[in-house]
Amino acid sequence: MKSVLRIQDTVYRFFDSDIWYSFKKSKVTIAAACVTVIMILSAFTAPWIAPHNTFDPATLDLMDAFTPPVWYEDGTPKFLLGTDDQGRDIFSTILYGSRISLFVAFASMLLAMILGVTLGLVSGYLGGAIESIIMRIADVQISFPAILIVLLISGLARSVLPNVRHEEMAVWVLIFAIGISNWVHFARTVRGSTMVEKNMEYVQSARVIGRRRATIMFRHILPNVMGPVLVIGTIGLAVAVLTEATISFLGVGVPPTEPSLGTLIRIGQSFLFAGEWWIVIFPGVALVILVLAVNLLGDWMRDALNPKLR
Amino acid sequence: MATPDQLKTNTPPLLRVTGLKRYFDVSEPFLNRLLEGKSRLILKAVIGIDFKINRGQTFALVGESGCGKSTVANLVVGLYQPTAGKIEFDGIDVASLTSRAQMALLRRRMAMIFQDPYASLNPRWRVDAIVSEPIRAFGLLKGTQAIFQRTGELLAQVGLSPADGEKYPHEFSGGQRQRISIARALASEPDFIVCDEPTSALDVSVQAQILNLMKGLQKKFDLSYLFISHDLAVVRHMADRVGVMYLGQLCEVAPVDAIFDSPLHPYTRLLLDTIPDPELTGRSSQPVTGEIPNPIDPPSGCAFHPRCPESTDKCRREGPELTTLDSGVQVACHAISASSEK
Repeated sequence: MKSVLRIQDTVYRFFDSDIWYSFKKSKVTIAAACVTVIMILSAFTAPWIAPHNTFDPATLDLMDAFTPPVWYEDGTPKFLLGTDDQGRDIFSTILYGSRISLFVAFASMLLAMILGVTLGLVSGYLGGAIESIIMRIADVQISFPAILIVLLISGLARSVLPNVRHEEMAVWVLIFAIGISNWVHFARTVRGSTMVEKNMEYVQSARVIGRRRATIMFRHILPNVMGPVLVIGTIGLAVAVLTEATISFLGVGVPPTEPSLGTLIRIGQSFLFAGEWWIVIFPGVALVILVLAVNLLGDWMRDALNPKLR
Repeated sequence: MATPDQLKTNTPPLLRVTGLKRYFDVSEPFLNRLLEGKSRLILKAVIGIDFKINRGQTFALVGESGCGKSTVANLVVGLYQPTAGKIEFDGIDVASLTSRAQMALLRRRMAMIFQDPYASLNPRWRVDAIVSEPIRAFGLLKGTQAIFQRTGELLAQVGLSPADGEKYPHEFSGGQRQRISIARALASEPDFIVCDEPTSALDVSVQAQILNLMKGLQKKFDLSYLFISHDLAVVRHMADRVGVMYLGQLCEVAPVDAIFDSPLHPYTRLLLDTIPDPELTGRSSQPVTGEIPNPIDPPSGCAFHPRCPESTDKCRREGPELTTLDSGVQVACHAISASSEK
């Protein structure tokens, strides 16, 4: 009963907060949020709403290949945005493809967040040699471009994993690689905020009663440093979508049998000059809209959570 | 014949601190020292302090900022480890406790109230979680309902409503927040509370309310306070005994009335002169000269000699020991030990 009241109270507080107010005030943010939610929902419900299951080779017919979008003379309402070289419906592939793109982006950001926040908290709170080691590793890593690290890790995985397992593991390798290449931003920010928070008296007050260091770090300090983490996570989500697209475009990402947005663009670009522009343009536009919307949300969140801009 | 005061002090003190020292290494990093030829810098924040606090009494530490009084508070509650010296709580040497479980038993009996009520409460926690944290940390009560009940009692005890537990700290004023801090300090039913300038961040009218609340709770629960303050009016209101600190050392320890009515040490007199004299009694007042020296590079001999109107060559050469006079007042000053010996 009490916990139900607590949840009600929290919900009420949220709708009464400055953050909700600044959200309501910004039309761009509302539009970005709507686009993001629609794209995420349609991506994750793709198996139910997509007109064709493009992952099932049995439903494909090579006779349908290179069908133009519906408003062309040769187009049919069966393929709204046309088909690619294998006769796959572009609209359905975009839905399925953004599902993979978003899954990779979310999972890798989650990995980067967990890794970065933990290492940032530990190095900021404990200091000393542990901090030096973690932060020097971070310095070294950030001096390499993220793409390079992702290529390196997927290359390594390619040589280590047996060929048969390679295709099914590709998505997980990608998640791991993008996650690893992004933890530094989280760690640096969290370390900075932790160093401020650990000198606050509420931390001393927890130490006086003998709370364990892990309890102080995760129960006391963590909730106070989460603001910037959410901002970095949101903007990082857009970056991760782009990184995944880049990697797949280069051909080392997810296999072409289960195409993501980047894979679609790679497949399409070879037909661009042959006149089949729809294969590359529609996935590209979907990617741009998705990244733009998530970025706008991140920008708004950064301003809304910045006490200096309130 | 024994006076009632002596009879009181014959019971063992709740807290006894002997020869307490704490140095901080404030040197530059190793590479800078090596390449720039800089030497190690040691900041001596507390240089050998002895005092004791009896049950149910309030011992106040006063002094200017930077004299090390907050360091003493942090040492007593275990936030810092002493460089040297002994802290005995209820006859037990704190340093002899090694296991977490033993430490927890001791920590339960101590609590601390902090200076800044805006920083001492976790802004992301609800008030009832803040107040009940010691109960949960020490496992004093089992079951959410029992803890909830007890949290309500604690809040009521400090003059808040049990329903305030639902709120977050930012919904309260400074005085109310300090009440929350007190409720949290009382949660583990301690014998001893360290108060580090508990009212210096508050308005004067609110200060009085908080101080009276603390006095009332002291009587009710037979609490002992170590009260750190730079505000002499507050100290006079709260303390039983007062220790005056200067640059990491005690220069005078005496009952509160003795400090205010017949201060002995020149520094104590200087401090008292800083109290405004609204009645314009024409009390002779020496202007305060000089500032507290840098504790990294303290003066030779008696630390107070550069500011002392009565300093002699002896003061510049050797530091005075804290000596107990016949009246029971302890003072560290060459001039006073010399005159009392005559």
